[in-house]
Amino acid sequence: MKVRYFAWVRERVGKTEEDIDPPAGVATIGDLVAWLTGQGEGYAYAFENPNIVRSAIDKHHVRPDARIAGANEIAFFPPMTGG
Amino acid sequence: MSVFVRLQREAFDAANEIAALTRSRTDIGAVVTFTGICRADENGEPIAALNLEHYPEMAEAEIGRHIEAARQRWPLLGVTVIHRYGRIAPGEGIVLVVTASSRREAAFAAAEFLMDYLKTRAPFWKQVEKPGGKTGDKIWVDAKASDDTATERWEPASTKREAAN
Repeated sequence: MKVRYFAWVRERVGKTEEDIDPPAGVATIGDLVAWLTGQGEGYAYAFENPNIVRSAIDKHHVRPDARIAGANEIAFFPPMTGG
Repeated sequence: MSVFVRLQREAFDAANEIAALTRSRTDIGAVVTFTGICRADENGEPIAALNLEHYPEMAEAEIGRHIEAARQRWPLLGVTVIHRYGRIAPGEGIVLVVTASSRREAAFAAAEFLMDYLKTRAPFWKQVEKPGGKTGDKIWVDAKASDDTATERWEPASTKREAAN
């Protein structure tokens, strides 16, 4: 599945997007964050406070307990500051 | 209902957008516009510009969903939402919301509703560019709790914090 990062999450991870293939036990957004956190320093920094980072599945806001099975595109980003 | 949503780098003209929304119509009795403008300061500190990053596909989808929610709530005849991205200098417009209805109550309420949701749910992020122009002087703007509070007032108590889904 494709993962996209925005704003300071993007800066900390060091990429705008990537294709990932998490292991079978990674079922929810929360699981994915925990798994990504172990993938390197940038990820650990981006997700150091996982309660702050927001997530979306296929362009819909979701909560950490959302299941990722069947997702085409997952996004992580800070709280929004548009408008 | 006429709906126009545009995400663009370029400046917009509120008068043109009102004209486009109301042209050749005699059923519209009220138009409300809100324009969010870039100030020259953020938290009391001078700024050179704002840089807005966005998630284009989701921003468009999310704005569309909130317009649909507004349409179900109020008898609207037209809505225009324009949100800029990229570099925006002080004095320039950032966001424009135009709502049209037969009467003012719906137009006022829907404009406020849409702005509250745009601020907290549309995937845009502001970065402040400090005067002097060094790359390291760019700072992401923190989200304001008061914006979340403003959005929550539109939600029934039972669905608070769930509405994103």
